[in-house]
Order: sequence, then C-alpha cells, then structure tokens
Amino acid sequence: MSAVEKQNPVEARLDALTIPEGGFAAPARAEALARLRAMGLPGRRDEYWKYTNPADLVAAMPPVAPAFDNGDETPVFDAIDRLKIVFVDGVFDAAASDDLTLAGVEIARLAEPADISWAGGLYGKLEADGQTPVARPMAALNTAAATDGVLIRVTGQAARPINLIYVHSSETSDPILHHCIKLEAGAELTVLENGPAGARFNKVMEVDVGEGARFHHVRAQGRDHQRRAVTHIFARVAANALFKSFTLTANGVLTRNECVIDIVGDDAVAHVAGAALGDGATGAFHHDDTVFVTHGALRCESRQVFKKVLKHGATGVFQGKILVKEGAQKTDGYQISQSLLLDDDSQFLAKPELEIYADDVQCSHGSTTGAIDETALFYLRSRGVPVDEAIKLLVLSFLADTIEEIEDERLRDDITERLEAWLNRHQD
Amino acid sequence: MLEIKNLHVKLEEEDKVILKGVDLTVEDGKVHAIMGPNGSGKSTLSYVLAGRDGYEVTEGSAELGGEELLEMEPEERAAAGLFLAFQYPVEIPGVGNMTFLRTAVNAQRKARGQEELTAGEFLKEVRAKAKTLKIDAEMLKRPVNVGFSGGEKKRNEILQMAMLEPKMCILDETDSGLDVDAMRLVADGVNALRDAGRSFLVITHYQRLLDHIKPDVVHIMADGRIIKTGGPELALEVEQNGYADILAEHGLEGVV
Repeated sequence: MSAVEKQNPVEARLDALTIPEGGFAAPARAEALARLRAMGLPGRRDEYWKYTNPADLVAAMPPVAPAFDNGDETPVFDAIDRLKIVFVDGVFDAAASDDLTLAGVEIARLAEPADISWAGGLYGKLEADGQTPVARPMAALNTAAATDGVLIRVTGQAARPINLIYVHSSETSDPILHHCIKLEAGAELTVLENGPAGARFNKVMEVDVGEGARFHHVRAQGRDHQRRAVTHIFARVAANALFKSFTLTANGVLTRNECVIDIVGDDAVAHVAGAALGDGATGAFHHDDTVFVTHGALRCESRQVFKKVLKHGATGVFQGKILVKEGAQKTDGYQISQSLLLDDDSQFLAKPELEIYADDVQCSHGSTTGAIDETALFYLRSRGVPVDEAIKLLVLSFLADTIEEIEDERLRDDITERLEAWLNRHQD
Repeated sequence: MLEIKNLHVKLEEEDKVILKGVDLTVEDGKVHAIMGPNGSGKSTLSYVLAGRDGYEVTEGSAELGGEELLEMEPEERAAAGLFLAFQYPVEIPGVGNMTFLRTAVNAQRKARGQEELTAGEFLKEVRAKAKTLKIDAEMLKRPVNVGFSGGEKKRNEILQMAMLEPKMCILDETDSGLDVDAMRLVADGVNALRDAGRSFLVITHYQRLLDHIKPDVVHIMADGRIIKTGGPELALEVEQNGYADILAEHGLEGVV
C-alpha cells in the first residue's frame, strides 16, 4: 500500500495490534475479527455514536496521556476485605495481586495457556449475541484482540469480593482486557473494579448469571482527566437470578460505558446504575452511558438509574433502551436518566427508548435536566448551612438513587466518600 | 430584639412593590403575631428577613440584636440567631434528617466560634428534643421531610428550632394544614422554647393558633404595612368581624 493511499480504519487499527494466537479463545477471536471487518469501526455518522465522537477510541494509536497522581487519597475499596487482581497498563501484575484462590471460585487468566472448557463456551459468545439489533464494533475488536483478562467461574458463595484493579503507568499504553464470569446455579459473587488502566482502555466483561445466582458489580473508574475508555458489559440473566451493576465515573476526557443485558429466565432481576461527575475546567469531560436491556421472560424486573452532575462545559450522554419481547408478560421495566447542570455551559443529551411487544407489562422511562433547586438551597442556608456545603448536600441528594442501587453498605459508604471528596475538590 | 424600620421591598424581576414601609419591634422574650388578609405581605416579610433571593430592599433596615440582617447571607443570619419555620418545609431526598440537623447545628456553632458537637453529644441532645415533640427514631433517620405528613413536617421544623436555639423565631403559617391535635403538639413545642432571651414572630391567618401560642402583641398587616397593633384581643376581634372593618378604617376596602 502506498503512503498516500487511505487505509481502511479497521485495518489501520488492526495493524497496530498483535492478536494473540492459539488457545481456547482462538475460534471466538477469529469470528469476532470477521464480525469487526464486516461492521467497520464506529464513526461520527453512526446513529449509535451520534452524541459521542469515537475518533480517539478508534484511532490506530491512543493519544498520549500521562498517568494521573491521585495524591494522598486512599484507594477506593482499600478497607474492604477482597481478593486483588492487578493489571498495570493491561499487564497482569502478579506481585501486586493476591493468590488467585478463593473457595467456591475458579480463577484463571486469559493470557495463561490453558484449555478451559467452560470459558470456551462463553468467551465472545455474549458479545456476539449483543451485536444485534445494534452493532458494537468496539466490543468485537476487544474479543478479537484482548491480551488478557480474568476467567472466573463461581460454583458457590464467594467468601469475599474479587477486585480488579487497573493501574495506568505508561503514557502510551493501550490495554485491551476481556473478562468472562460464569455464575453457576445459586452462586454469588461481588466484583469490584477500579482504576484508569491506561492511556486508552478497551474492556469487555461477559457475565453469565445462572439460575438463582446473584452477581454484584461496583466500579469506580478512576480520576484520570485524560482517561479515554470504552467498556462493555454483556450479561445473560437466567431464571430467579439477580444482576446488579453500579458505576461511579469522575473526570475523563472520553468515557463510553455500554451495558447490554439479556434477561432470559423468568422472575429475574437486573439493575444497572451510574453516577457521573464531570468538571470541564479540569480538561474536557464527556461521559456516555449506553444501555440495552432485553426482556425475554416472564415477571422480570429491570431498572436503569443514571445521574450525572456536570459543570464548566461538561457533556453527559445517556442512551437507554428497554426491549420487551413478545410473550415477556408481567415485565416491570424502569428507566430514569437525569442530569444536574451546575452552570449554563454544560449539556446533557438523552435518548430514552422503549420497545414493547407484550401487552401485559409495566414500563416507564423518564429523563430530566435541571439546575440546583433554589428553594431547597435557601432552606438549607436558612438553617445556617454555608452555600458550598448546601450545594454539596443537594448534589448528594440528587445522586442518592444511584448509590441506593449498591446493596453492600460498606461499598455504598466508600463510594459516597469518593463523591464527597470530588465535590470538595470541585467547589468553584 | 428585632427592629424593623421603614422596610420597603419590591420583587427583583418585576416592578411590584410588596412591602411599603414596615415598622416593627419585637423585644426579647416577647411573642408577636402578625395577621392579615392574603397578599398583605406577611410571608414576603418573613422571606426578606431570612434572606431569600428574588426580593429587592429599596429602603429601610432590619436589625437583630443591633446587627443589620439585610446585608448578610442567609446562613449568616441563621448564625446570628434568626430562624424561619417554613410554611412549606422542603423535601430533600437522599439526605438523612439527622445528617441535615447535625450539619446545620455544627455549621452555626462553627460560624459563632464554638466547638462543634461530637456525634455522641449531638445524638443525645437530638433524641431528648425529638421525644418531647413525639418525633420517633424512624423519622430522624428518614430523608429530610420525604414522605412526612403535614404535621410531621411542621414538628420537624420545631425540632430544628429546638436544636438550633435561635434568638428570633419566625413561624410562617405554621398552623396551615394541621389538624387540632397536630397544632397542639406544635404549639406545645413552641411554648417549651419560650424564654426571656428568645422572641417569636408568629404569622397566621387564624386566631386558633394564638389560642395555643399566646401572643403579647398582635399586628394587623395589609397592603404592605402594619396598619394596626394591639393586644391579644385584636386577634379575637378579627376572628369575629373579619378584616373588613379594620381595613375600612385605613381606606383599604378594596384590598381583601
């Protein structure tokens, strides 16, 4: 190819990658690669990327991004008794990680040459299923090219949470991680994730929640202002199972979090929530939550609760859909997306959608954008609470519904502390 | 002592004058009531004193214990000892009543240069005061005013007043939306706080609240001014005859 000839963006991106060979995942990688080539990478003209410019995410090389110094802040989840698995710029750090042994849980790594039969049936499977009706090329790219990740199979009640910790060290790192989590019938696990991972990050987590199993996910995406990340969660939720995911996002130039949930068994519950804090004064802030929940069974409940606090030219995006398939009667679907704009410079773009093919369902969605409630602010101040403190209380009040989605009180308190600390740092 | 002199107030956004020269002095330890027809400016007076946005003071002054209130931020007025019990207390989801109270108490103590209360000290005090107002532990834990009945909201206002120990309490139609029993409970709470160093300004439409909170002085407000001042008997007179006669004396027939 001559230097002046314009290269296809997919090939340019793939040229910058080394796709791992062999192992149980090889067939899935090959299929994902074919899917990616057929779909192409997302561009500005794609309807699904209308509000978020994917240029930095699809470019062959990541923009240079120095690691961020969190100062003397105690790392999130530090007080929680958990099993740590650490990746530095996407590379497993054995020294910083705990032994990968936990009663009732099998833990392996994608990069370890092992033939893990259960993972062969999951790796790339939920991602592939999640490519319709909407294409998700960044996830296909991930399946094809992921260099590492954890493979977790839970057969009982995990004694403590597994904490995936991502560390950003190199200013040109471009990690691609892919995790597979399978909860067998009746199993229970909490997965914690935190940290910014790299200059640019592409992560997929596939979660197969078996009958009556319970999966909890709490994530804090780090404080890097220069973070560029695209993440996907693909979940399949079986009968009587519970899936709950919460994400805190503070700062970040460009973050797109997609969550694709397929409820396939009766009486299952799936909740996904997010709290985002963005201050454009510390560099650009653009945060996008894109959620797709499919109800395919009887009497299931789903909730999407997303709130964003935006200031100084920050942008928040929400695209959320509830699809109720034919026959999925007695579905209870709920979706709320709200933004609190702390000044006139910020914006919130929301596209809530419902698509329903069953006649006996209860689904609701709402989206609001607003400023601080002046009456509430006056009420607090009239009690002697200084204006900065009063605004902080009202922001926490606004975000409370999302925090409520975290079941474990210790995790809830830890996340609330992060929110308060961020608000203290961003009072102007 | 609260001393309001020749207070003129208009709406910030419109050319509408609401207070047209209010003169009022409430001495320490006294209870003054303000009655008056709708639209007379009673609630505006309370908001202006507490420092709500949206009003412009064009003339006059309001001093509390010799300090000019009108120059202060709302939180500074609170720290100076002013308290407004809202007609419609605001619901704040996600903020626990206890957290709110403790934040307020300690913010005021800090502003006055006092030690902040420890969690233990605060808890002990709030429990004792809540008990006398029949506010149970559950209500203290719930988010501020969320899901509270009308009576519970007003009792919660009085609890805040009891905790903050202000010098000057303004009650803005605290009786609205209350049944007789709830009103008695609120009035008992207020009466328990009556003290030689504390004054009250009770704004109400009806005499009935004043049966329970006995005022020393009653003012009638109309058309942005105090047009008549008297003893408790003035409230009874209004209850029996309405405002028409008093307004007519002042050439304000059209105001009701």
